[in-house]
Amino acid sequence: MFLIPCPHCGARDEQEFTFGGEGHIVRPDESVDDETWGQYLYFRDNPKGLHYERWCHSFGCGTWFNLARDTVTHEITRAYSILEPKPEPAQ
Amino acid sequence: MSRYSAWNLARNALSDHQHWDPVWRLPEPKASYDVVIVGAGGHGLATAYFLASQHGIRNVAVLEKGYIGGGNSGRNTQVVRSNYFYPESSSFYDRSVQLYERLSQELNFNLMVSQRGVLTLAHSRHDLEANRRWFNSIKLNGVDSKLTSRSEIAKLAPCLNLDAHYPILGGFFQPRGGISRHDAIVWALARGADSLGVDIIQGCEVSGIDIKDGQVQGVRTTKGTIATKKLALVAAGHSSVLAKMSGFRLPITSMPLQAMVTEPIKPILNTVIMSGAVHAYASQSDRGEIVIGGGADMHHSYAQRGSVYTYRINIRAILELFPWFSRLKVMRHWAGIVDISPDTTAILGKTPVQGIYINCGWGTGGYKAIPAGGETLAYTIAHDEPHPLVTGFNLERFYTGALIDEGAAAGVAH
Repeated sequence: MFLIPCPHCGARDEQEFTFGGEGHIVRPDESVDDETWGQYLYFRDNPKGLHYERWCHSFGCGTWFNLARDTVTHEITRAYSILEPKPEPAQ
Repeated sequence: MSRYSAWNLARNALSDHQHWDPVWRLPEPKASYDVVIVGAGGHGLATAYFLASQHGIRNVAVLEKGYIGGGNSGRNTQVVRSNYFYPESSSFYDRSVQLYERLSQELNFNLMVSQRGVLTLAHSRHDLEANRRWFNSIKLNGVDSKLTSRSEIAKLAPCLNLDAHYPILGGFFQPRGGISRHDAIVWALARGADSLGVDIIQGCEVSGIDIKDGQVQGVRTTKGTIATKKLALVAAGHSSVLAKMSGFRLPITSMPLQAMVTEPIKPILNTVIMSGAVHAYASQSDRGEIVIGGGADMHHSYAQRGSVYTYRINIRAILELFPWFSRLKVMRHWAGIVDISPDTTAILGKTPVQGIYINCGWGTGGYKAIPAGGETLAYTIAHDEPHPLVTGFNLERFYTGALIDEGAAAGVAH
């Protein structure tokens, strides 16, 4: 169980949120080959460690936002707007 | 390795059981092997066993970063069944049930397979219709199944609360489904593989994979470099980590799946009860514990622990079905990292790298697939082409769109 810092509402209980999977995935042009399209639809980094991911505060303000979270310790190092680019790993 | 028999048991009783042979060796890795398997869980050990027993390939190493069966194989909820919706799934899982039926004899190790049946509940008119469709599909696939009325359920499992918040209106039953002793398959396969010459190397973590011109050359480990031209990645929740070392990605999400057992009580539940609608299932082990499982924690994690609220949802659902379990104490509670694929069907076969084979994506239901997963992967490695039972489980289906969408068909608890 972890507290998630919603950019709008502040730190709230995990169960108020819905997980939205890996963030910063860019939809390719529709003319790409099947392999590129399949990679876009289904293939994920699924890293052990730092992960950039989307969450939605479903049972709160409804905002979609991004988290930088460690998938081993569950430590959240950053919550940021869905419009911001992917942070550099150095952060 | 000494055979287990009544005679040997009696003979060893005379010396107070102090002189049994070790069940497997603790070898150091050799410089090279014909096949290296990463992961000494059920699937990895089954692959090694069947490579040796069915294909005569015995120069095999199984590398395990922890200890045998210390990952998901020691964290399962013991259910064996083959009541899947699609033909590809039910023929594969039924092969697995058949192997569970006969492996106790073959491995000379009691797997305590108990075919006490699996009952899937329906709580609404829509559930009843979905169950009928599911039941028909299973029958067409040639797997045993039976629609069960509310009054039959009352007789089959008198401890169920038929008038729960979501009342139990009916269900369907797979008589050949059931449970087996949750970790026996792991010990049995490790013993069997070791006796055929397979080296099981524990405490040996893979840190890198050497590839040259698209062909695997070997693995770098905490116990040195091991050369091999055939490498099988059988690491469940950690498959993406190994794939990354090999230079490709997988359509896998790693998530925690929780389960728990209560204190042991006298026999009260003589079948496996599953409910997709309330997302929970339970069975009673031979030791008397009630084994409870439910849904996964829905976020990426490698932490082997889940959230309290997911656990609470699971317990709440079980207590609605079995109000009398509210008096029981939960003795143990744990989480394993499961590898969820987009269509909740496994990925088993070749990879973009020549000589690397993969077995992953079992998600929340890898236990029941152990024997057939190992048998088909062993065949795939030996022949360098997929076993006929798993041609549909390939990685390319995520490009071609030929998904096997069992998630929608098989409900909860795979």
